[in-house]
Amino acid sequence: MKAPFSWLKEYVDIEISAQELEQKLFGCGFEVEELIDLGAQISNVVVGEVLSCEKVEGTHLFTCQVNCGPCGVKQIVTGAPNVHAGMHTPAALDHSTLPGGVEIKARPLHGIPSEGMLCSGEELGLNEDLYPGAEVNGLLELPAETVPGTDIREVVGLDDYIFDISVTANRPDCQSILGIAREVAAVLGREVKMPRTDYTCSEYKYPDLKVSVIDKDLCPRYLAHGVRNITPGESPRWMRRHLALCGLRSINNVVDITNYVMLEIGQPMHAFDLDTLQNTEIIVRRAHSGETIQTLDEKTFSLTGDQLVICDGNRPVALAGIMGGLNSEITGETRQLLFEAAKFARDSIRKTSRALGQSSDSSARFEKGISEYTTELGMARALHLIEELGCGEVTSSMFDETAGAPREGKRFTARISGINAILGIEVPKEEILRILRTLQFQVEENGDILEVIAPRYREDIEIGEPDLAEEVIREYGYDHVVPTFLKSASVTVGGRKPEQLRQDKVKRTMCAQGYSEVSTLAFYADSDLDDLHIAADAAERNVVRILNPITEKLSIMRPLLAPSMLKIVVENLKRFNSEGRIFELANVYAPGKEGALPLETLHLGLAAFGNDEDFFTLKGSLESLGEAFGLRFDVERAQDVPWLHPGIAAYLLCEGERIGVFGKLANEVTAELKLHKDSKTHHKIFLAEIDYARMMSHAAASFRYHPVSAYPAVVRDLALTVDEEKTCGEMMAEMARACKQVTDVELFDIYRGEQIGEGKKSMAFKLRFESDDHALQPEEVDKFVKKILGNLKFKLGAEIR
Amino acid sequence: MEQKMKALRAQMEEKLSRVDSREKLASFWQEFLGKKGAIAEMMKSLGGLSKEERPAMGKLINDLKVQAEERYKDCSERMEQMEMAARNRKEQVDITLPAKKRSTGNLHPITIVKNEMINVFLGMGFEVFEGPEIEDDDHNFTRLNVAKDHPARDMQDTFYIAEDILLRTHTSPGQIRVMDMEKPPIKVLVPGRVFRSDSDATHSPMFHQMEGLVVDKGITLCDLQGMLDRFVQQIFDADVKTRLRPSYFPFTEPSVEVDVSCFECGGKGCSLCKHTGWIEVLGGGVVHQQVLRNCGIDPEVYSGFAFGIGIERIAMLKYGINNMGLLFENDLRFLKQFKD
Repeated sequence: MKAPFSWLKEYVDIEISAQELEQKLFGCGFEVEELIDLGAQISNVVVGEVLSCEKVEGTHLFTCQVNCGPCGVKQIVTGAPNVHAGMHTPAALDHSTLPGGVEIKARPLHGIPSEGMLCSGEELGLNEDLYPGAEVNGLLELPAETVPGTDIREVVGLDDYIFDISVTANRPDCQSILGIAREVAAVLGREVKMPRTDYTCSEYKYPDLKVSVIDKDLCPRYLAHGVRNITPGESPRWMRRHLALCGLRSINNVVDITNYVMLEIGQPMHAFDLDTLQNTEIIVRRAHSGETIQTLDEKTFSLTGDQLVICDGNRPVALAGIMGGLNSEITGETRQLLFEAAKFARDSIRKTSRALGQSSDSSARFEKGISEYTTELGMARALHLIEELGCGEVTSSMFDETAGAPREGKRFTARISGINAILGIEVPKEEILRILRTLQFQVEENGDILEVIAPRYREDIEIGEPDLAEEVIREYGYDHVVPTFLKSASVTVGGRKPEQLRQDKVKRTMCAQGYSEVSTLAFYADSDLDDLHIAADAAERNVVRILNPITEKLSIMRPLLAPSMLKIVVENLKRFNSEGRIFELANVYAPGKEGALPLETLHLGLAAFGNDEDFFTLKGSLESLGEAFGLRFDVERAQDVPWLHPGIAAYLLCEGERIGVFGKLANEVTAELKLHKDSKTHHKIFLAEIDYARMMSHAAASFRYHPVSAYPAVVRDLALTVDEEKTCGEMMAEMARACKQVTDVELFDIYRGEQIGEGKKSMAFKLRFESDDHALQPEEVDKFVKKILGNLKFKLGAEIR
Repeated sequence: MEQKMKALRAQMEEKLSRVDSREKLASFWQEFLGKKGAIAEMMKSLGGLSKEERPAMGKLINDLKVQAEERYKDCSERMEQMEMAARNRKEQVDITLPAKKRSTGNLHPITIVKNEMINVFLGMGFEVFEGPEIEDDDHNFTRLNVAKDHPARDMQDTFYIAEDILLRTHTSPGQIRVMDMEKPPIKVLVPGRVFRSDSDATHSPMFHQMEGLVVDKGITLCDLQGMLDRFVQQIFDADVKTRLRPSYFPFTEPSVEVDVSCFECGGKGCSLCKHTGWIEVLGGGVVHQQVLRNCGIDPEVYSGFAFGIGIERIAMLKYGINNMGLLFENDLRFLKQFKD
């Protein structure tokens, strides 16, 4: 919200500086995002009186003697055609500055010494609306009564500031100069001088003019008033200046009045050219589906049935609250018009504006909310201005369509003690009363009890004491709050829940193994699943979709972490981080049951890449993770995971249940990575995707220790020859199964060679035997070994070597 | 005989002085102390002496033997020391060669800061709750006092999954879920991912927040500031303090923006605090009575405060990170710097 300092001063007596006011506004909840000093770039420019002016022969230049008051008489050379003796004009002296970073220094022109520059209006950053004559070709002619030597900023109104104020969403009443002025008045403890809103209606009444509101849910209040005998023309200087300071250009008196009222009162106004309205009728209704309208900016929109339009007898003439229609626009030819001041439902305006991609200063205000007080005040102010500017006749044709909202402020009772209980400090009763009254609350006091009527424009006031507490403390000052440390709160136990601690431990276990935690976005694109060669009909393709993604690249909630992990690996490889280990513990998403929220499942994603990595380093990482939680994992060959190498991938099993998958990135996927061609074949990338929740469901909730055997263990080495296709896993499982005294089996060598024979391999194992209740004797262990060998021979055809 | 012994002693000394290897030492042994060595020969020659001469001479020879053995032992020890020194010299390594290690990984800075923040509040008796990331409109907006037509819905651009299902725009729905399950006294933190549909240099469509909620009898705005003072002192610096200023959130009233005095310049003004002496760190306020009522808690009996902290914001301030994007790029050279 932009509020010029000079304009605010018209409603409130402000005796403090703009900088001081900025601090006051900040303290009461209105942060000034920028305090714009209009004259900041201008220095050492004064009013000059041209005493004499001589043409320099053979050039277009003039040599002038300029009276600059206390600065003396200066010789200044100018090329401006309109210079003449006796003229008062801005003189930029030696070492002066002008907008746009221009610096003026004394220097000769055509060899003639010149002690500065005479300026045009544009050179001072002025336009016609800000100062008359600013856009003429040549020097800015100042009134004869201006005193030579006076700082030019005071003379042309550039000794002013614009407050660019951030207004919070609960204070739409402050989307206006008057609204800000009310806050300024309150914080300074002054009165607000209200703008005049009186006017007189002529006896004339349009006989056939009708106004009706069909959809009162979207338009709870609609005021309309006919004005005739319009005399179009320029607006007065003060109005043009005010508009210009807020960044609006003057169009003509009638259009300027609508804009002025919007800025001043906060009520967006619209005016229809009455001669263009068919059937001299206004109907406020929802659009018919497919109905079209061309707005003032000549864009055409096709409408849907939930969008509100203002229509004449036959067709839409305005997109309610957003923009008028081209067909009923006010022009220089307009002789009679109908003013509209309305309150539209804020979400209706917001949705229509979003759906059509069409917005305006007007729609921005309606979206935040307009009170009916503002609607009434705005209409009255507009009609007053018609009279004040003498540019039309206010007729007796007035319409007030209402949904029946009360015409008074909210009434409630509150307790002084209640207000102070919220704040935790004792604000004196007199202070509370004073503050509420300066904010235009009507307050009747009865001991601790306050009977309050809120100002009508304060639609944000809803629940009484907390609202008042907020009003009081922001005016009284937050620096009065005395920090206390839960003075009266109960003691609570607190702490992390076991599951939260467990997640923390997972992260630390992974870190201990060299994995760094990453944080990636929860959404990506269908194409990220394509990149992993996941089939179009795969289960993972049943995803949760975002209806309004920022980009297609971030449009599905991820069903897998693997694509995110792979992206990070590729990004790191591109940056010559040639090896690394990463993990993330984060949700993946799947559609939920009808009427339920989508499913969120915590997954653990791992990636390891670089020369030292292989399938078994990743397998080792997973086993170590399992050990940290007392879990033992098995593996099962995974040949149907499209993004993993069919020969170097495995499902991870816990107590027979699949809890995840891991392995080497499929060659097909690697080949398509956006990496340098030569380097691709060298990259070894390993990924794991673990269903964290499922894995942890196997972890025991509590733990009891297992006694350590008091008797020495016996270790035996066995070298066994088996067929190539027999796996280490099968061998070890059989050994453990054959003999319960086997407490550990470790593979320490695999040998292939002529002595063993084609299609065979020799595997050497170290077996550890232990007993809980006695020291094992060599003869016993011999028996165990014999049993194991027998079993291996029978089940797997293994021979001792 | 005595002459002979003298000569032998001299010979022994001379030989010893030339011993510089195990072989020479061994030959010294053989020559003098061996079974057929010079000393043994001399012992044998005792037989040629008279009975009277024998004891004295025997003793002399024995002394020589003991002396020779001692000398041998000394020499042998010296030898060993020399050999060990030589071996040590040989085994010496270049200690500046690269270490063999598997470096440990690191927690993400967001996790580190999140944990640090949680730890501060755990000490005050808070528990931790984590709600769903995909929420319904009811929890994310309506019951937090943000009605369908509320302009505040524009404050947070929302990703929608269905008409009434969305990606939570803040961790505040956690307040509702906690108050539905538990009755006061409540002290809870709700950390988590949140989502908003804007993305530029200072915004990520996903970021992390931590909500705090306290509901009990007699909780006031003063308690909010008192608790936050302790929080910022532990997170940033023992000397910092907070400043409250008015703000607006639909689910708190009064609502405040909380600034912390600049820990870089001590409030004098620097580039970090944009020369204001204060840094905006979080928002909060007194829990809106309607929100309490929406959760079946009687605002006539209980009151509370709530606050929401941007974890990225705190991490960036703490570590001097000036670009939020770095936190989501996951460049290992970046990640490896953060130790907790």
